[in-house]
Amino acid sequence: MAVILFIGLLVLTYFLSRSKNPSSGGIAADSRQKDSALKKYGFYLEPVNEAAGITFRHDCPEVDSKLDHIKMQIASMGASVSICDFDNDGWNDIYFTDSKTGTKNALYRNLHNGKFEDVAAAMGIADVNIKGTGVSMGAIWGDFDNDGYKDLLIYKWGKPELYKNIKGQKFERVTEGSGLPPWVNANTAIWFDFNNDGLLDLFIGGYYNEAYHLDSLTTTKIMPESFRYANNGGRNYLLKNLGNGKFEDVTVQYGMTSTKWTLAAAAADFNGDGYPDLYVADDYNVDEFYINQKGEKFEEKGSAAGIARIPKSGMSASFGDINNDGNIGIYTTTITEKGILIQDNNYWQPNSDNMKENPSFVNLARIAGIENAGWAYGAQFGDLNNDGFMDLYVANGYISARKNTSYWYEYSKVTGGNSSIIGDAKNWPDMQGESQSGYEEDKIWLNNSNGLFEDVSGKVCPPADYDGRGVAMADLWNRGVLDVIVANQNNIPLVYKNDIGNTNHWVDFELAGTVSNADGVGAKVEIGWSGKKQAQVVTGGMGFASQNQHRLHFGLGQDHKVDSVTIHWPSGRVEKIENPQIDQLHLLKEKK
Amino acid sequence: MIKKYFRYVPPALITLILLVGQFTYGILDSWVNLAAAIVTAVVAELILAKLVFGVWKNPSSAYISGISAGILIRSYFIWPYIVTALISILSKYVLRYKGRHLWNPTNFGVSWMLFLNSADVAGLSMQWGSNLAAMSVIWVLGLLTVTRAKRLHVTLSYVVSFVILAYVRSLITGDAFLAELSPLTGPMYQLFIFFMITDPVTAVSTRKGRIIVAILVALVEFVLRLDSFIYAPFFALFLVGPVAKFIDLKFNVKEGSAFQVAKGNAA
Repeated sequence: MAVILFIGLLVLTYFLSRSKNPSSGGIAADSRQKDSALKKYGFYLEPVNEAAGITFRHDCPEVDSKLDHIKMQIASMGASVSICDFDNDGWNDIYFTDSKTGTKNALYRNLHNGKFEDVAAAMGIADVNIKGTGVSMGAIWGDFDNDGYKDLLIYKWGKPELYKNIKGQKFERVTEGSGLPPWVNANTAIWFDFNNDGLLDLFIGGYYNEAYHLDSLTTTKIMPESFRYANNGGRNYLLKNLGNGKFEDVTVQYGMTSTKWTLAAAAADFNGDGYPDLYVADDYNVDEFYINQKGEKFEEKGSAAGIARIPKSGMSASFGDINNDGNIGIYTTTITEKGILIQDNNYWQPNSDNMKENPSFVNLARIAGIENAGWAYGAQFGDLNNDGFMDLYVANGYISARKNTSYWYEYSKVTGGNSSIIGDAKNWPDMQGESQSGYEEDKIWLNNSNGLFEDVSGKVCPPADYDGRGVAMADLWNRGVLDVIVANQNNIPLVYKNDIGNTNHWVDFELAGTVSNADGVGAKVEIGWSGKKQAQVVTGGMGFASQNQHRLHFGLGQDHKVDSVTIHWPSGRVEKIENPQIDQLHLLKEKK
Repeated sequence: MIKKYFRYVPPALITLILLVGQFTYGILDSWVNLAAAIVTAVVAELILAKLVFGVWKNPSSAYISGISAGILIRSYFIWPYIVTALISILSKYVLRYKGRHLWNPTNFGVSWMLFLNSADVAGLSMQWGSNLAAMSVIWVLGLLTVTRAKRLHVTLSYVVSFVILAYVRSLITGDAFLAELSPLTGPMYQLFIFFMITDPVTAVSTRKGRIIVAILVALVEFVLRLDSFIYAPFFALFLVGPVAKFIDLKFNVKEGSAFQVAKGNAA
C-alpha cells in the first residue's frame, strides 16, 4: 500500500506541475484575432504609435563603469508615462520620460484628430537629462499653485525638477528655491494634500541611497543588504507645500524615516477620517502603510493592517474597486518566477468592519485570480469594456536580452548570501548579456463580475513582450473609452487604442476643487446604478512610474441610468448628484 | 543519560534555529504550512511504522523531516508542504535495500518537488535574511548538533570541499570568489550541511567513507552549479547519497534489522 501511495504521489505531482505551468506567449494566432476578441470580451487594444505620430523610444540610464557587469540590472528603470491635459483643451496629452544622459523627454500634445505632436522642447520640458543633474525616472502632474493649470514634477536619479505651467503655453523651471532636495535616487513620487489645506504636497520615494550618483561612484557597496530585509535604500521625502512656491521637508517630523527601497506610492483615505493615508511599496522588504493622523503626523501600521507580514518585492501600488462594493482596494505587484521565486501579487481588500478604528486588509489576489503575473511592474485598474467592472493591466518583464538565457542562477547565488556579499556590486556575477524574466507578455485580466478575473493576455491585443514599466489608462480620443499606454524600458512605448466592440454605457467626471486643492486630488467619487456601487479616487500619480488621466471613468454596462453620484471632497464637503446624464463627461466644480 | 536523550537534541536544535530565524526575520510565510508539514510527517511515520514494521516509532526524525520540509519548500498553497512531507516519509519505507532506506527522506521529498519546476513551488534559496549575527547563531547551533552527533567530519569535509571548488568555479566562470562562496552563507545551506548531509541513518558506515561521500557530493554539486542548477546541493545529495549507501550496504553491512529504520535523526 505504501508503494502504491508513494508512486501515486510522484505521478500526481508530476502531472499537476505540468498542467499548472503557464504558457509564455504560445497563444494561438487565431485567438488574437480582433473580431474574436471583440465578440468574446467586448474590446481590443490596437497599438497605434505610428498612426498617432508617437515616435518616442526610451533609453536606459548610463551607470558608472564599476557597474558595467550588471548594468542591465541597475539601469532597468526609468520608462514612465503620465497623462495630463496640460493646456486645458479637454483632451488628454502624454508625457514620457527618457533616462539616458542627454536624451529628451517627450510631451505629446493631443491634436484632437487621432494624432499627437511632441511639444516638449517648445514647452521647455524636454532637455532635462543633463549631465550632472541626473536622469528622469518618472513625472507627475499636479496644480501645486492652484492656478488652474497642472504643473510638472520630474523625479530622477538626480535632482528633482519642478516646472510651473504658464497657462498651458510654456513651462517655467521653478526648482531653485523651492525646497526640493538636492539629490534623490527616486523611482516614485505622488502629489497629495496630506493636511487638507488645499495645497498639493509631495511624497518622493528613494530607491538607491541618495549619497550615490550612479553614473559616478566611488564605491560598489550600493546594493541591498538583503533580498528580503533591506533597510539601506534611499530615504523618502515628505514635502509640505507652503503655498508660496516653496516646500518644507517634514519627513522626520511626520515620522517617515524609513530607508527601505521604495518603488511606488499611492494615497487615499482608508479609515474615513478625511485625511489621505499613504501606501508605500518597497523592494527587498515589506511594504508600508502610513495612517494619517489628521494631517499632523503619519503612523506606520503595515504589520497591524496585515499588509507587511511577508516581505516581497513591492513594485507598484494602485487602487481599484474590483467588487463594486464601494471599497477601494490596493493592488501591489511583485516578482514570481516559476520554480525559483514565488511572491505573488496582492490585492488588499479593506476589512470594511473596522477600517475606522483599526484599518486592516485581506489579500484577495489569489481568489480573484490576479496573483501571478511574472516580474511585474506597473499596474492599473480600469473598465476596459465598459461593462461596469474594473479590469486590470499589469506590465511585465525585467530584462529581455539574449533569448533563451537566464541570469536567475547567478542572481540567486548572491541574493541568498550574507549581507556583505549581496551588498557589494563587485560580487555580483557578470550578466554577459543574459536575460532575466525577459520576454514576458503583459497581463490583462478581465473582471467578469464581482471581482473574479479572466486572463485575456495575448487575446485582446497583438503579441508584445517588451519590458513594461509604467502603465496609464486614459481616454485619448474622448470617446468614453479607456485607452492604455505602456512605457517600456529601453524600447518604444505601446499606445493602445481601445476598440470597444459593444454598446455599453459610461459616465466620466472631471473634478476641480475650490476649497480643496484645485485638482481635487484625494476626492472620492461613488456612483450607484442598478443596485451596483463603485468608488474611485482622484490621485496625483499611482502604479509604478505612472499617472492616469485626471478624470474618473465609470463603465455602466447596458444600464441607461446612474441613480446617484456622491463626491467626498478633501475639504470634507460632500456633494450629491441625482441621475446625471450618461455617456458624457461631467465637469464638477466643488461648491464653496 | 545524555546518550539516552540525545535523539531529542537535533529536533530541539532545529526548532531553536527555526525560532531564531522566525523571530529575528520572520522566515516563515505561514505557521500553518509549517504545522501541516510537521503533522503530516509525524502522523505518516507513526502509521507507516506500525503498518510496515508493527512498531510505534519515536517521531523525532519525522519531526525533523517535517520542519525541514516546512522551511525548505516555499509555496502559497498548503498542499506542497503536505505532499513533500508525505513523499519524504514514504520514501523511507519504499526505497529500501537490506532493510535500510537509501535516500535522506527530506532530501528526496524536497528534491522531487523542486525538480518538477512547478509554478506553485520554489525552494528557500534567496528567501531569507542575510544578517551576519543571525547566521552566526545558526552556525554555532548547527556545529553543536553535528559535533554531538559525531558528524562534524562530514560537515567540515563538505564545507572545505565547497570552498575549494567555489574557488575553482570562480576561475572557470570569471565570477568573484565571494559570489561562488555566497550560497554557503545562506539559509538553504545551513540546513543542508547541519541536518541533511549529516543524517546518520543514510550515511555510510565508515568515517573515511563519509568523508569521501561528502567530497563527492560537493563535486557533483560543482558540476551541477556549472550548469546553473539553483538547487544543486539537494540534487547532488539526491544522486550521490543513495549510490554510496547502496555500495556501503552491499559490501560492508549485513542484512539489517528492519527496526533500525526507527532510529536516527533524518532531516
